[in-house]
Amino acid sequence: MTSAYLDFVRIRFLMMLAYRVNYYSGIIIYAINIGAYYFLWKAIFGEAETLQGFTVIQMSTYVAVSWMARAFYFNNLDREISGEIVDGSVAIQIIRPYSYLFVKMMQGFGEGLFRLGLFMVPGMIIVSFIFPIELPTDPMQWIVFFIMIWFSFLINSQLNILTGLSAFFFENNQGVMMMKRIMVDLLSGVILPIAFFPGWAISVMNWLPFQAITYLPGSVFTGRIQGGDVWNALLTQVIWTAVLIVPIMLVWRAARRRLFVQGG
Amino acid sequence: MSRFAFMLGLYRDYFANYLKTKLSYRADFWIEVLSDLMFNGLNLVFIFVVFLHTPTLGDWSEAEVVFVYGYFMIASGLFSTFFSAWNFSERYIVKGEMDRVLTRPAHSLSQVMLENMDPPAFVGSIVGFVIMITAWTTLGLPFHWYDPLVLIIMVLGSCFIYMGIYTALSAISFYSDAPTGIGPLIYNIQNYGRYPVEIYNKTIKFLLTWLLPFAFVGVYPASFFLGRLDDWWMAWLTPVVGIVVLSLGLWFWNYGVRRYRGAGS
Repeated sequence: MTSAYLDFVRIRFLMMLAYRVNYYSGIIIYAINIGAYYFLWKAIFGEAETLQGFTVIQMSTYVAVSWMARAFYFNNLDREISGEIVDGSVAIQIIRPYSYLFVKMMQGFGEGLFRLGLFMVPGMIIVSFIFPIELPTDPMQWIVFFIMIWFSFLINSQLNILTGLSAFFFENNQGVMMMKRIMVDLLSGVILPIAFFPGWAISVMNWLPFQAITYLPGSVFTGRIQGGDVWNALLTQVIWTAVLIVPIMLVWRAARRRLFVQGG
Repeated sequence: MSRFAFMLGLYRDYFANYLKTKLSYRADFWIEVLSDLMFNGLNLVFIFVVFLHTPTLGDWSEAEVVFVYGYFMIASGLFSTFFSAWNFSERYIVKGEMDRVLTRPAHSLSQVMLENMDPPAFVGSIVGFVIMITAWTTLGLPFHWYDPLVLIIMVLGSCFIYMGIYTALSAISFYSDAPTGIGPLIYNIQNYGRYPVEIYNKTIKFLLTWLLPFAFVGVYPASFFLGRLDDWWMAWLTPVVGIVVLSLGLWFWNYGVRRYRGAGS
């Protein structure tokens, strides 16, 4: 059974590889976005040496690494799942002898592997030539960072699955998907590190899973989280990964009872 | 003139048709409006939070940056209302719908625009207008009788720039049927135009002013009302650049249509 699931990873990886040309322009798009925020932050800093404990170099490193981490953990599982629910093909998949959600996760994993190798790593190399960023020298930081972005991937995919499953309950869940996407971009710290938000917002965000997607790995990478706090950050991610299984299971149970296939 | 009346009649009919289809899925309309506003809200939150930590961006104050963003929302909302053929290559070239469009008397581009009109985007323009007016009063800017007229001219100029660029991008599909991925690329560069160009380096500033003139959909025309331009004629270049870019885009489109041979099958 395990090998069947691994095949889903392999097939998705090969499928992505077949359409790899689309990803070369993706690297440039991410570089453009990093550039936009790099210049914005430079202007925001102005004369200031540090803002909220960030130096300019740390800030540009943070921007670069959080966009590149996004290149890796981003996927369209929400769109895929809700598409299959709306066109009814989910019905066929449910009666097959595998766990539908686990297969989706594996497909996301295949896409993630592809994005890591052909998008994030070359993108990071290109970006480090264009913008003045500072990569960590401690190999331990690199190892922890790569472990952490795997959890980013897991948490982001779990949120995507949860959003996708909402198609069982709404005939049109475009709005839910859009809302999720904007919440992830805003609250995970991609466009704005969480330290910049006002105090009340930070205390709310500490209780949400989004910060575990970008802010925590980004902070470890830029050395803003050090020593024992690194393990706390990792633990936060592990806990969120475990906690998010519960709502997915509940929604999945409720959903299968009320499945109606639109059209046919 | 009769041609103009013909287009206007076409627009009315297409709009009626749009309303009929949307009325059967009423929620969709509001979902689209909401998504659009949330996307702009995200960028505004960014501006507001950033200004908690700095008094100025370059030498632009918070209200000025918000003003520019409001202007940008008006122009881009109006543009998306009339032009949102993002999947042009797939729908018209690959699936061959272009052949159907070409057998009809109205100009091919106007048909494509009409078939893809997106009225929910106009709500973005209205919200942008409110944001601009709010920033206007915060800044205590003087109001002249000619300001509304200038605003209309500027917004039209900005829209022409978008239309010219995206018409040209769509027309690439006439020359090459392989997906180029250049559309999303330009779309992301467009986002640079929302902020004062002074914060970028010389190369990007040059690019945004003369090559892909997105700075004319934001900071330059908005500067006219803010009364802060080193060169007063920069703002007035907006309609000129708009007409030039739109003409180039149309020429590229028309030339492409003449070359177009159909996707076969």
